[in-house]
Formats: sequence, C-alpha cells, structure tokens
Amino acid sequence: METVSIWIAAILTLGIFSFLYKDNPLYKACEALFVGVSAAYWAIVFYFDNIYKKFYEGAVTAEEPDYFLWIGAILGLLFLTRLIPNIGWVSRWPMALIVGATAGLWMVGYFVSNAMNQIGNTISNIIVRDAATGFIAWGETFGTLVILVGVLSGLVYFFFSKEHKGVFGATAKVGTWFLMVTFGASFGYTVMSRMSLLIGRVDFLLGDWLHILR
Amino acid sequence: MKRQLPLILVFVFGTLMVIQYFVPHENSETVKGFLLDWIVIIGIFALALGLWSLVQVSVAKINSRKENWEYPLVTLASLVMMMFFGFTAITEGASLWSYFLAITVFLIALWMFLQGFMGQAANRNMKLLSGLGLLIVFSLLAIFDSSWEFKFYTAEGLTNQMFVHFFDYIMIPLQATMFALLAFFITSASYRAFRARNLLATLLLIAALIVMLRFTPGPWGEYLAKTSAWVMNVPNLAAQRAIVIGIGLGIVATALKVILGIERGYMGKG
Repeated sequence: METVSIWIAAILTLGIFSFLYKDNPLYKACEALFVGVSAAYWAIVFYFDNIYKKFYEGAVTAEEPDYFLWIGAILGLLFLTRLIPNIGWVSRWPMALIVGATAGLWMVGYFVSNAMNQIGNTISNIIVRDAATGFIAWGETFGTLVILVGVLSGLVYFFFSKEHKGVFGATAKVGTWFLMVTFGASFGYTVMSRMSLLIGRVDFLLGDWLHILR
Repeated sequence: MKRQLPLILVFVFGTLMVIQYFVPHENSETVKGFLLDWIVIIGIFALALGLWSLVQVSVAKINSRKENWEYPLVTLASLVMMMFFGFTAITEGASLWSYFLAITVFLIALWMFLQGFMGQAANRNMKLLSGLGLLIVFSLLAIFDSSWEFKFYTAEGLTNQMFVHFFDYIMIPLQATMFALLAFFITSASYRAFRARNLLATLLLIAALIVMLRFTPGPWGEYLAKTSAWVMNVPNLAAQRAIVIGIGLGIVATALKVILGIERGYMGKG
C-alpha cells in the first residue's frame, strides 16, 4: 500500500511539474483532482469541527444542551434557500447576520490592533535606555527613530487626497524607499519559501521515490 | 422584507458587536460567543452551498461536451470518494475490495442521479431509475458488509486509512508541488524585478538579497543574520506598520459603510 501510494504521489508531483513544459492533459487532470480532494477534505474537517463538535455535541448530546445553537443551525438552513429561486432572498437574513456581526467585530478589533496599537508602539519609547546602565542605547534609539520616520513617510505616501508635491511629495518619496525595502524583504522571503518547497518535492522524488538520496 | 430586513439585521448585529466591545460584562461576552458560534455554524452550510455549486458547474461542463469536459469527471469522482472516506470507518484487518466495490457502485449511482436531475431531457427517468436501483444495491452492501460502516456522529472517518492516504499522498503532494512550481516563475520574476535600474529597484534588490542570503550557508553567517534582523525589524517594520495602519483604517471605513447600509454588495441583485 505504501509503495503504491508513493508512486501515486510521485506521478502527481511530476504531473504538476509537467506544466513547466506546457499546459497538458496530465497537469489538467492533477489540477481537477486537487480541486475535488481539497474541497471534500475541508468539507469533512469543517463538518466534524463545527457541525459535529460545536453543534451536535453542544446542542444535542450535551448534558445541558445549549438550545441557542439551534438558532445558528436554523439560520444555516435558511442559507440553503438560495438554491430555490422563488425564496432565495431569505438567504440574505443569515448573510446579514454574518456581515453585520463581522463588520462590528472587525471595526473595533482592527481599529485597536491595526491602528491604535501600531501608532502607540511607534510613538512611545522613542528614546531607548540600557536596562543595566540607564544610559541611552544609541543603536536602538536610532532604530526607533528610523521606524518613526518610516511609518510617517509611509502614511504620507498612502495619503492620496493631497497632491504629492513639495515637502509633502519629498516625504512621500522617502516613504517609497521604506516600502521598497519591505517589498524586497517580502519578495525574498517568498522566493526562499517557494525554493524550500521545491527542495522538499525534489527530495521526495529522489529520496522516497527513487531512493537515490539516502 | 426582501431588502429592508437584512439592512436592519446588519445594523442591529453590527452595532451590538461594537457596543459589546466596550461592555466587559459576562453577559456581553456570552452574546458575543453565541454570535460567533452561529457564524461558524452558518459557515458550514455556506460550504455545502459551495460544494453544490462545484457539482452543478462540473455536471454542466460534462453535459456540454465542450473542450476539456473530461476533467470535471475527475473533480467529481475525487470529491465524492474523499467525502465517502471521511464518513466511513474500515474495520481493522478487513479486505478493501468490498469497500472499493461499494464506492464504485455509489459513484455510478450518484452519476445516474445527477444525470437524471440535470442531464438532457431524453432518458432522464431511465437514469433516475438506474440510479435508484444502484443506490439500493449500495445500501444492501453497506448493511451486510461488516468490513466498513458509515460514521457520521464520530470523527472516525478522519483516521480512515484511505482518507489519510488521500490526504498524505494526493492532497499534500499536489498542494506542495503547485506552490513549488511557483519557484520557477518567481525566479524569472526576480530577474525582472531585481534589475538595479534606479534607486527604488536597487533598494528592493538589496533588501531581497540580504533576506535570501540569510537562509543560505556561507562565511557571512553571523554578520548577515544581524543585518537581516535589522532590515526586518527596522525599515521593514516601519513600512509594514504604515500598511497595517492603512488597512486598519480602511476596515473601519468599510465596516461603517456596511453597518450604516451604504455598502450593500452582500445582498446581491433582486
């Protein structure tokens, strides 16, 4: 069984790599297979995590059933009315609950975590002192100042309601320098992560499958 | 009713979630917990809707017999098989032949049914009847074959050896290889992006090189690790913060538009 499975995995791996030559039937078959398998996998995992563990164990088999969970299940069933054209508009109710609750939750949550906390961390403790001696740690202080300049200039760059001219334009230009460093670092990370995945697949083909690497 | 009630619901639940954030009371947390649970439960029904949509699109493509119509067959077969594995448990030491026979009968029965419901007008009843007949055969196999059984109320399917094998030897290799494939395309993209034509492109190149070389073995080890850490923790962090603050403010603005009923895209047409 194990050997057959490794052969299947190797053929599928080569099938996907065959796209490097050109789009071909083997690649398309692998792609279709991936869509089906992953859709089913996530459906099964979500079913057991949510419907079974959260709803069934919480509202049906629990010693003290949580009847409020039934409302979620009923709203979920209403979502399926989308399949019936005449009453499809009913599916907007559960959708409205999801959209409204998520919007409310995110509005405050993201404002605190993304805006307030980030601004707080940028403008507080700009002068860093050495914990042991109490003197100013020049290296770290320089770092916090660079961060302050980077955040302010980056924000100026993203402010499009005013034309980027004069001092404002120069500040925006400094912002682009910082943004390019970030894009470069992110790009470098992405390249290395893809390379590590490629190494993993080649390692599988040459090691587990062909036993050339030991 | 069709458009007003959803708008009211969005406003009520959106405002409720905003208010509950500022009320650190047990009841407030309970309400939040219920709403989040409901969202999760509704989500699984949305997933079912997505699966149905995938089936519908695939069957329509197959029935159209247009170019590449064969591939949706692979999608449908793998979808049904994986779900079947996830909801069944095989008795330890049992032979898999009867299990595979049952899956085959089940696949053909489902296909007949789908053709009966969505296929061409001719022979629809015939296909429905054939599907029903095969489903009866499958049910008999399921009842009398003791080597496997359905498990809807225990998560035993997740440990079914076929489910695990499909995950380990089909899904994971396909997923990893698809992302690994990007290594080739990202290399050619790097060549174009990293040409030091001006100051901005040079900054991009230097930052990327420092980060990439950090992960490679070489005599530069410690120095490059420090430089890379500084790039990541200072200039990179600064621009990341600017982006994150922008995203945060954007989310606040969009959420306000949704709660106040200015943004209504989620309702669709009609």
